[in-house]
Amino acid sequence: MDAGQLAERICVRIALTLPAFALAVDLQLPGRGVTGVFGPSGAGKTLLLRAIAGLEPVATGHVEINGQIWQSDSTRLPTHRRSIGYVFQESSLFPHLSVRGNLEYALQRSHRGRSVTESADLLGIASLMSRIPDRLSGGERQRVAIARALLTEPRLLLFDEPLASLDLHGRGEILPYLERLHDELKIPSLYVTHAPEEIARLADHVVLLSHGSVVASGPLQDTLARLDLPPPFCDTAAAVIEAVVAGYDASDRLVRLQFCGRTIYVPQAQAPTRKRVRCRIDARDVSITLAQQTGTSILNIVPVLIAGMTEIEATAQVLVKLDAAGTPLLARITRRSWDALQLAPGKPAWAQIKAMALVG
Amino acid sequence: MALAADAGAIWLTLKLASVVTVLLLLVGTPLAWHLARTRAWWRRPLSAFVALPLVLPPTILGFYLLLAMGPQGPIGAITEALGIGLLPFTFAGLVVASLFYSLPFVVQPLQNSFEAIGERPLEVAATLRAGPLDRFFSVVVPMSKSGFVTAAILGFAHTVGEFGVVLMIGGNIAGQTRVASIAVYDHVQALEYAQAQWLSAALLLFSFVVLLGMYTLKPARKMA
Repeated sequence: MDAGQLAERICVRIALTLPAFALAVDLQLPGRGVTGVFGPSGAGKTLLLRAIAGLEPVATGHVEINGQIWQSDSTRLPTHRRSIGYVFQESSLFPHLSVRGNLEYALQRSHRGRSVTESADLLGIASLMSRIPDRLSGGERQRVAIARALLTEPRLLLFDEPLASLDLHGRGEILPYLERLHDELKIPSLYVTHAPEEIARLADHVVLLSHGSVVASGPLQDTLARLDLPPPFCDTAAAVIEAVVAGYDASDRLVRLQFCGRTIYVPQAQAPTRKRVRCRIDARDVSITLAQQTGTSILNIVPVLIAGMTEIEATAQVLVKLDAAGTPLLARITRRSWDALQLAPGKPAWAQIKAMALVG
Repeated sequence: MALAADAGAIWLTLKLASVVTVLLLLVGTPLAWHLARTRAWWRRPLSAFVALPLVLPPTILGFYLLLAMGPQGPIGAITEALGIGLLPFTFAGLVVASLFYSLPFVVQPLQNSFEAIGERPLEVAATLRAGPLDRFFSVVVPMSKSGFVTAAILGFAHTVGEFGVVLMIGGNIAGQTRVASIAVYDHVQALEYAQAQWLSAALLLFSFVVLLGMYTLKPARKMA
C-alpha cells in the first residue's frame, strides 16, 4: 500500500456503551465512493454516524478521515471542528431562516468560495430560495438539507436514512439526486439505511451491522453474495449485478441489457443506451437447471458455475452462490433439488432469473 | 401639584420596570439556559428557588430582602464594602428587590422556549461548523424570539404591579421610591378617590394593552 492509498481511507474504531445498548466497531473503509451502512432497526447504524460526527460524547476510539484525525486516545474534536456534512433522517432546516438563509448559514461558516447557486442547481432547488421551510414538501426539505450539507465542502458526508421520513413519491424525487451525487462528487459518504434497494442503488462498499457490531464489510457485490451471513441478512439475500444498457424494445416495454455476454431483459421505462446500470436479483427469484431450457416463459437465462452452498437453518432450503463470468449471483433452492441435480462447486449450470429490478 | 406627583409616580414606576426588565433579561437568559440544559443535582433546588416569588407573600419576600440589605445582612455588607451605602429606602434598593421578585416571570418563559427547541437544531448547527456561542446567537435566540418577548413583557408588567415588596424595602418617598401602586394606596388612605380613580384606570389600561400586545406578537413556530 503506498502513501496515497494510505491517506485515502476512513478508519473508524468506536466503542460506545449506553445503558441498554453497546456499539463496538472497527472499520477500514475506502476513502472515496459511497459506503452503505445496512442493518435492521436497532442495529446501531445511527449511533455509528453520530459517533463519527462527534455527537455522542461518551464514544471512545479512533476516527481518521483520509489522513485527518478527528478522534484518538489523546484528542477529540468537537462536532463543529469536524469537516462533515450531516443529513439527518427527518427534516432539519432552521425554521427561522428561508431556504437561502439555511444555505448561507452553512456557507458563512465554512469559509469556502462556493456559491449557493452551484449547490442549489445540483439539487434542483434554485426556484425555492425565498421560501420558508414550513412551506416546502418533505422531498424539497431533504434536498435543501443535502445542498446545505454540501456547501461546507466536507471531507465526509453522513446520510442518516435521508429517505426514511418520506413517502414513496418523495423518495422517488430524491433518489435521482443522490445518484447524481454518487456519480459527480468526490467526497466519500456513509449512507445509513435499512432499505436494501437503496444499498443496491447507491453503495459501492457495504457495512452490515447487527446488534452494535459489524457482521461484514467489503465491496458491494462480493459482500451481498457472501454465504456466511447470519439472519436477518441471509433471509433477504440478493445479488447486485452491473450491466450496460443495449437498447429498448418499445413494443415489449423491456430494456435490453448486456450482461455476461448475453442479452437480458428488464421491464422498465426507457433507459439511455450504453448507460451502466445496476440490477438487484433476489435469491428467491433464481432457479438452477443443468441444461439450458427452451420452451420456458423465463426470459433471462445465463450460464454459471456453482461456486458454493450453505444450508439455511431450520428450512428446507439452501443458498447457492453462482459465478456468472465473475459476477456473483445467489439462488435459493430446496436441499432436495441440490441433491437431485447433484450440484457441487465447480459444476456448470444455468441460472434462470424469474424477476429482477433495475435499481439505477 | 397632586397631578404632577402622580405623574412622577408613574414615571418612577416605568423607570423601575425598564431597568429591572433589562437587567433581568441579562441575568435570566444564562440562568434559564442553564436550567434548560443541566442535568445536575442542583437543577431542582435552583428551579424551586427561582419560583419562590410566585408563592411567597410579597411582604415576606420584602422582609427577608430588607434584612439582607440591612447593615447586618449579606447584601448590605457587600454594598457598604463597595461604598454604595445601604440599599433600603433607595431606588437602587427597589431595583435589587424587584430583580428577585420578578425573576420567575422572566426565567420561566425563557426556560420553556429553550427547552422547546430541543437538541436537534443545535446538533444541526454544530455539523454546519457553528461553535457553542455561535449556536446560541444564531439558533437559540432567533428560535426563542417569542420566549424573549413574553419574558420581557411579563417581567416589565409584574414589576409595574409590585406593591408589598416596595412597601417593605422602599417605603414611600416621593420621587425616589413612591411607585404608582403605592400612590394609589396613599390616595385611598387619604380618601382622594378621584385621583386614585384615574391612576388606577391608567394602570389597568396599561396592563391590558401590555397583555394584548403579548398575545398578538407571540408567533407560533416549530422546527420544519
